[in-house]
Amino acid sequence: MTILPPLRSRPADSAELTNGTAAPNGVGGAEIAAHQVAYEIEGQALVEAVDFRARPGEFVGLIGPNGAGKTTLLRTLSKLVTPSAGKVSLDRQDLAHQSARQIAQQVALVPQTTVLDFGFTCLEVVLMGRNPHLKRFQVETQRDRALAHAAMQRTAIQPFATRLITELSGGERQRVVVARALAQEPRLLLLDEPTANLDVHHQLQLLGLVRDLVDQGLTAVGAIHDLTLAARYCDRLVLLHEGRVLAAGTVAAVLTPANLARAFGVRAVVERDKWLGTLRVTVLGVLGDGDWT
Amino acid sequence: MATQALAAARTVWRLPTDVRIPLPVRLALVVGALLALLTLALVVTTALGAVAVPLDVSASVLLRHVGIETGVPTTEAQTQIIGQIRLPRVVVAGLVGAALAAAGTAMQGLFRNPLADPGIIGVSTGGALGAVLAIYLGLHQLHYLALPGLAFVGALAVALLVYGIAVTRGVAPLATMILAGAAISAFVSAVISAILTLLADANALREIIFWLTGSLAARSWTHVQLIAPPILVGIGLLCVFARDLNIMLLGEDSARSLGVNVVRTRLILLGLSSLVTAVGVAVSGVIGFVGLIVPHVLRLLVGPDHRLLFPASILGGATFLIWADFASRMLFRPQELRVSLVTAFLGAPFFLFLLYRNKRRSTTL
Repeated sequence: MTILPPLRSRPADSAELTNGTAAPNGVGGAEIAAHQVAYEIEGQALVEAVDFRARPGEFVGLIGPNGAGKTTLLRTLSKLVTPSAGKVSLDRQDLAHQSARQIAQQVALVPQTTVLDFGFTCLEVVLMGRNPHLKRFQVETQRDRALAHAAMQRTAIQPFATRLITELSGGERQRVVVARALAQEPRLLLLDEPTANLDVHHQLQLLGLVRDLVDQGLTAVGAIHDLTLAARYCDRLVLLHEGRVLAAGTVAAVLTPANLARAFGVRAVVERDKWLGTLRVTVLGVLGDGDWT
Repeated sequence: MATQALAAARTVWRLPTDVRIPLPVRLALVVGALLALLTLALVVTTALGAVAVPLDVSASVLLRHVGIETGVPTTEAQTQIIGQIRLPRVVVAGLVGAALAAAGTAMQGLFRNPLADPGIIGVSTGGALGAVLAIYLGLHQLHYLALPGLAFVGALAVALLVYGIAVTRGVAPLATMILAGAAISAFVSAVISAILTLLADANALREIIFWLTGSLAARSWTHVQLIAPPILVGIGLLCVFARDLNIMLLGEDSARSLGVNVVRTRLILLGLSSLVTAVGVAVSGVIGFVGLIVPHVLRLLVGPDHRLLFPASILGGATFLIWADFASRMLFRPQELRVSLVTAFLGAPFFLFLLYRNKRRSTTL
């Protein structure tokens, strides 16, 4: 373990990235695109007219204040909810025509919270990630078990394999859920606040892992609250505000004091971190209504 | 020596939950052990009663029913008592026990609540209403499937109603589920009482009340033929959805993102568990707590994986109700208790114990 993580520079423009070659399953990432997507409940729009795209080998961060629509957008991208307007396509195939199982063979989701109050062991929960690939009467094969163990290895929960999930801490459980998603052999990984319950060590470990997988060709989209972490690990950012895209593009183009003031209502300084070389956001204070710089 | 034996016993005890052992091996182990217990129950409970029959005789009569001749001499009377009186009753008990335990297992998973049971949430009572209605309207004389059919409609209606009321975001909070079940049960029971009041024939009334309160007395091969196909198909299909039910325990979003068609699976499971409960009720009345006790005890042994838990509950439920029925006819000979009393004597304190434990521990299953 190095004291400081290796310095890393992000490509200035994600367009330079070409299609990746090796996602965890060796078939590369999938392209996910949302076109003019809207989702409303009882007349209230949670997201509206959102255009979004993430390509293989790209880690796109969704940022924005609470209630901006990050979770809802992630849910439409995995068809947990069907958009009330617009369409979502995975590798140019409309999600509307695909079954939950077909989607689950390509897309894995790490939800904000997972209920884990049953006496399953870690290994059993991780093996559930293999479900979309198993036939109805099929039992997990040696390969499925090997994939589950590899996923547990990557998220450092291998020592807990035979422990009950109910006996683990919140952070350990979150890593179990990530391992389950990896065992799914996804071509697109969706993460909803994956680091919310983790300590700094495991935050870096998790996002570093996602970064590695993306560098090998996976597509990843993550809602991330910590702007500095988002800047450090994501290729591109999409800033949501009141259900709409306020800004999208490179990290530097999105993380501007003006954008942060409009979306979050805060006065912030954005500067390059001298240790990491990536952007760092320091929030100086809260702005009153109308006082937008 | 003793400590070694204890250690060995502990190792064997833990085998079913050891996830490092492949599932088919654990399944074979669990099913084998429970099948042995079921066989033992069959042999002993058919041998003992008002007339005691030697165990080897009862075993050979049973084997003759599956086409094996042992050569043990049996008298005509013994063959009659076992083959025509005790065996059909024991088989009905086994089928009903298997149905109730499987339904309880499915409902506990569906409601994500360890205290769900076809009796507690009122599905059994709903089935009873359907059956009573069939008798009152005389439909059961028109077609032999009318009674179990209406029982199924009643059970399914209650299941959907309780599910609709109690479940929010895929979880049924304990208090809501029990209260909804109790209120619906009370209402349905009142409707049943009202119908019974309207029933003029005193003999029919006594018969209905006796059946309604849960008994397995005087069940014949006709009953077996009536309930065996729907129950065997129903519990078999429940097993088919075992892996989906496992995943649904992780919550609705997780289940969907792991490829489970949550809405469809939920309806199928509710339908199947209502079906097997209703068929059980149609032939034996309301017998409570089997679906609560059996899955709970077996979950301790085999863990929460429904691919093990369903087969285990089915075999365990059959064995449990066979013994409970045996106790009901042996305890106060020649008087016979109703089997529902035996299960209530065991089940109600068990339920209270679980409630108490649930209060102290936040973990559910």
